[in-house]
Amino acid sequence: MHTAPGEHRNGAVIALNNVRKTYQMGSTLVHALAGVSISFYPGDFWAIMGPSGSGKSTMLNILGCLDRVTSGDYVLEGNDVSTMEDDALSDVRLRHLGFIFQSFNLIPQLTVRRNIELPLYYLGWEAERSAARAVELAGLVGLEGRLNHKPTELSGGQMQRVAIARALANDPQILLADEPTGNLDSATGDQILNILGQLNREGKTIVMVTHETHVAAHAKHCLHMRDGKIESIEEN
Amino acid sequence: MARSKTARNILLGIENLLLHKLRTFLTMLGVVFGVGSVVAMLSVGEGASQEALEQIRKIGSNNIIVTSIKAAEDASSSAMQANMSIYGLTYNDQIRIEETFNRIRQTVPVKMVRQECRLGERALELRVVGTLPAWFELLQRDVVAGRVLTDADIANLAGVVVLTEFGARKLLAAENTIGSTLRVGSSYFEIVGIVRSEGGLAGNIQMPDEQIDAYVPITVARERFGDIATTRSAGGYNREMVQLHQLIVEAASIDDVESVAKGIEAMLARFHKKEDYRISIPLALLRQAEATKRTFNIVLGSIAAISLLVGGIGIMNIMLASVTERTREIGVRRAIGAKRRQIISQFLIETIVLSTVGGLIGIGLGMFIPWLITYFAGMPTVVTLKSVLLSVGISVAVGMVFGLYPAVRAANVDPIVALRHE
Repeated sequence: MHTAPGEHRNGAVIALNNVRKTYQMGSTLVHALAGVSISFYPGDFWAIMGPSGSGKSTMLNILGCLDRVTSGDYVLEGNDVSTMEDDALSDVRLRHLGFIFQSFNLIPQLTVRRNIELPLYYLGWEAERSAARAVELAGLVGLEGRLNHKPTELSGGQMQRVAIARALANDPQILLADEPTGNLDSATGDQILNILGQLNREGKTIVMVTHETHVAAHAKHCLHMRDGKIESIEEN
Repeated sequence: MARSKTARNILLGIENLLLHKLRTFLTMLGVVFGVGSVVAMLSVGEGASQEALEQIRKIGSNNIIVTSIKAAEDASSSAMQANMSIYGLTYNDQIRIEETFNRIRQTVPVKMVRQECRLGERALELRVVGTLPAWFELLQRDVVAGRVLTDADIANLAGVVVLTEFGARKLLAAENTIGSTLRVGSSYFEIVGIVRSEGGLAGNIQMPDEQIDAYVPITVARERFGDIATTRSAGGYNREMVQLHQLIVEAASIDDVESVAKGIEAMLARFHKKEDYRISIPLALLRQAEATKRTFNIVLGSIAAISLLVGGIGIMNIMLASVTERTREIGVRRAIGAKRRQIISQFLIETIVLSTVGGLIGIGLGMFIPWLITYFAGMPTVVTLKSVLLSVGISVAVGMVFGLYPAVRAANVDPIVALRHE
């Protein structure tokens, strides 16, 4: 499903071409990404693996439009995001992406309902419409009864399910997950991975960073990184 | 849509503030006391100056009041004859003033003499004021009962007297005593009316009336009491000869007041050997009082503004702490797609809500304190709409100014760092 640089880039939801990311750390330059080229297609489920310092976090930040490339091209669903300004990047995140984090990152003072509604608030949805959407999404992740609870009243697995519901609120094509099971026991983690698998089967493109092989096994493709470069690609 | 969105944002801000009720309350206190002190201080300043202005206005802004005074060096002067001092304005002065200046409407002469008065069983020393009917109109004294003096009284040398409300009460006279006879010295007068008393100090000048005046026609005063007053003192008798104790000159218009007053001053200086008169101009005092009021307000307002500034810094401090505390939340919101300006407006709305609510409570406090001052200390206070609007404006501005920096700091949080923030 993946292609070599420059080939068959039409139809890809994410296309990286010779992407570099360089940080200035004191007097030394750190090449977090040293020329990465890869394309992800609709319905793909990718796991990105690698030891710490391999550039997998930087990769996810770039993919999530939270960070900008130093050089190279990044085209996301037809938008060249490598040259976009801050506001435009916010807009791309709002309309095209959904984030799932290791530590859930729910807003503690807001109820489950309000957490799920958050992207809709920034999309400018009317209150009733977004409330209905929140109910629908809570049902999807099996949390209908917890809509008015605060995140602190939920278990880790429930919190991650709220986070998934929130990531789905704006109906993005791409879900980016950063160690989604890192803070969960393996049984709960499996439930979360099953939900992700289900979403993938329904057509979402998922990119997941993990360092656990059995988690990566849920993905269709596995990208191994080392020293800011793609080391190998594995098909499951 | 735009309005409902703003309303929603404000509601969200209020919700967030309510999450930390104690902290919000304590932060708000700074603005509450700041705004409260602005409103209260301005009301005290306003009250004091309005009282002064009101009293000065009562003397009449078109009036020039010339009062006879005993010149300082009088004791050794040649005018001293057989223990009698002769000083003050004369009947000729009045005539000269009336003939010389055409920009005056009228002059009202006043003679004063202290006399023991008796009404039935009650005796009281009153200041008997001989004057013209115009006096009451010029000084805007309201009639409480009966009538004031008339031109016929003056012409007929009628033995009638008008009392002040206060004097009448002292003499146990009331409406039904109109028509009864008051003994003044050795003469008898018929009480024809009672007027409201407005005695006391206006700004820094003595009002032309006192609380216990008895007004009689000037012609009668001149005939019955003469120009010489005798007072008993330690070494025997002091005798003074004063023709007119006071002359109230009404200028034709407010623009003429100052020039006429200058002219009168020059004229009196020529005809009087000593400066045995004093000219006071309510209008000048009015202007002075207004200037004083402005200064007063600026000083009080500045002091209060400093407390408001302190309140604002308090808000900024708390909001900066709040931004640090909520770094992760900001990161999440940014990752989800919130733009910088949406983060700015989120935090700015919170501070503006905080400072505006604080400001409104402060206005309540600022209106309550003057009420307390008036109630317990008897000081006049006036809360003006202007000072209230000013305070609301200032508190919103405080929220915006002191909230802007924390909000910008929040918006500049790097989402990648913020998401890892503990």
